[in-house]
Amino acid sequence: MVEPVPAWGGTVDEMIALLAEGDYLADRALATAVTLALKLARPLFLEGEAGVGKTEVAKVLARRLGRQLIRLQCYDGLDVAAAVYEWNYPRQMLEIRLAEATAASRETLETELFAERFLIRRPLLRALSPDPAGPPVLLIDELDRADEPFEAFLLEILADYQVTIPELGTIRAPQPPITIITSNRTREIHDALKRRCFYAWVDYPDAARELAIVRRKAGGAEHRLAEEAVAFVQALRGQRLFKAPGVAETLDWVNALTALGCTTLDAEAIGDTLGAVLKYQEDIARILGAESERLLADVRAERSLR
Amino acid sequence: MTETVLRFAGALRRAGLSIGTGQSLDAVRALAVIGLCRRDDVFWTLHAVLVHRHEDFAVFEQAFRLFWREPAVGGTAPAAPFAGFRAAGRPRAAASRRVGEALAAPTAEARRGDLAEADARLSWSDREVLKHRDFEALSAAELAEAAALVSRLELPFIAWPTRRYRADKGGRSPDPAASLRASGRRQFDWLDLRFRRRAERPPPLVVLCDISGSMDRYARMFLLFLHALMRSRRRMEVFLFGTRLTHVTRLLQDRDGDASLAAIGAAVADWSGGTRIGACLADFNRAWGRRVLGGGAQVLLMTDGLDRDGGDGIAIEMARLKRSCRRLIWLNPLLRYAEFAPRAAGIKALIDHVDDFLPAHNLSSLEALAASLHAAARRTVARRMGGDGRRAVDS
Repeated sequence: MVEPVPAWGGTVDEMIALLAEGDYLADRALATAVTLALKLARPLFLEGEAGVGKTEVAKVLARRLGRQLIRLQCYDGLDVAAAVYEWNYPRQMLEIRLAEATAASRETLETELFAERFLIRRPLLRALSPDPAGPPVLLIDELDRADEPFEAFLLEILADYQVTIPELGTIRAPQPPITIITSNRTREIHDALKRRCFYAWVDYPDAARELAIVRRKAGGAEHRLAEEAVAFVQALRGQRLFKAPGVAETLDWVNALTALGCTTLDAEAIGDTLGAVLKYQEDIARILGAESERLLADVRAERSLR
Repeated sequence: MTETVLRFAGALRRAGLSIGTGQSLDAVRALAVIGLCRRDDVFWTLHAVLVHRHEDFAVFEQAFRLFWREPAVGGTAPAAPFAGFRAAGRPRAAASRRVGEALAAPTAEARRGDLAEADARLSWSDREVLKHRDFEALSAAELAEAAALVSRLELPFIAWPTRRYRADKGGRSPDPAASLRASGRRQFDWLDLRFRRRAERPPPLVVLCDISGSMDRYARMFLLFLHALMRSRRRMEVFLFGTRLTHVTRLLQDRDGDASLAAIGAAVADWSGGTRIGACLADFNRAWGRRVLGGGAQVLLMTDGLDRDGGDGIAIEMARLKRSCRRLIWLNPLLRYAEFAPRAAGIKALIDHVDDFLPAHNLSSLEALAASLHAAARRTVARRMGGDGRRAVDS
């Protein structure tokens, strides 16, 4: 096997800077894992709660490295036809009819029918095909939604970066794609797969980093509003909620509050927009009213102390 | 450096992380790439290679701190931190060895009902009593019986169609890929239509099993049953609860039934104590619900519904659980008392939210347990067939 060429050769600090240029503020743990994945040409496995920015890593990497982003969204029952390749049956049928009409030789029909032009390339096959811009970024999103048979199949692909199409032969990636697998952990992914990857747990950011993210991504928000909203969300995460809000929710919320013309956080605005942060009725019912006022008071007190 | 890294990987392995030799070597390669200049870079590099589950983070962090407490000059990581690490790596096990006091007296509520009179085991304590448990060794006959019962067992969990197809002559939808391939073999003389149908799959199973004092006499049998069941199913998660919730799936995966039961006996801290159903369900919903209830999981709740907290919070957490899973089945080993069951607040809260209620009279043997699950399976099939299920079952 040819030793894979590293997709990128910088240090961890350079990776943090690279991601920051793409407006992604990564902590050192994540940046180290990304660096390793790129330098040793191995898949990266990102796990974490929904809305902490796992998918965004792939998008930013593709953008900053100038690579094509190929995304495979997983779902229950995802199979080879949807993930790797499929023959274009309607066109093949049409071709058969044409052959009948023109009385073409039947012997050649089969080889013609299973030629490249009847092949529909799905994400995994596209990711294995050569790309002039360099190996693409292959994002296998929410692998936990796919079922175990697909996971086992993926294991095979990630081992050799090749697929075999019986009618065409084996297709092999000249250089392995930059593979990023994400999981929301709605089920455990098998250890065998994780073992082939570099693992990173993407956690909720701390207050300082979350504020920096909000500044970058929701630039239109008032400074004070952003600060208070971030502090409030951080406090919410400490509550025993069924689903704690992610960074995506924080951004949504700050944007929603800005759209409503808020410049600071107040009880009424929280009541009107809590649905942007909390997505479960029992969580909203718990926080709405007295609890949110208490949290808001805490946030205010904290802020005045500084 | 190689030697040190390998020794560190070995230490982690002994602390319970699953690390292969290949990974240890990967760790060495990864460190060569990242460099050893910064302590946190080394930390996160080793983390990315050696840790695969977020739960292992705490153990890893502790191990790292202790292992590299003093820089390993000359590659001789001293034995002392190593021994310390063993103890520190498993703080829970060490802490929970404190054996609690004897069972507390039953509460007033317990004394009031006829329940306590009817069966002395029907007592629940008002204090959390921590206790580990030794199981009698399993006899070979018991293990064989369990395996045989499980293999014959019809479970009341409905198999659901997946989005995946399999070839089937009697199927309704044509399979274009197979049809064209088959026709190609005949040089397209005619189109050889092939059919397929949706494959069915047994749903993931989540078992929540009560191990409090009042369920004490069933614990061993239930675990034996669950251990046997685990061997026959792909996706199954088991949790035990009394006053706290313990995830024991990995412990039950040991092929050796005795080893499994011994490990569980030691890992679970609240054997034969009180029950806090509401609080344990809340823990489950919050920490595990989204992780194990995906893919249309069906839940089997094994409890007598006697709750120390007087049914506090059960209703709300049961409602949450019901909404998060496809089917919720309650197996209650207390049929004798079914007539006054709804009086206990906890039982009432439970019964309102289950899809199927399985009261099991005299659940004293594996056989009885299997029989009651069997009966539920028949009812399930009957309901599915629109009341005409007997034929389907008998054939």
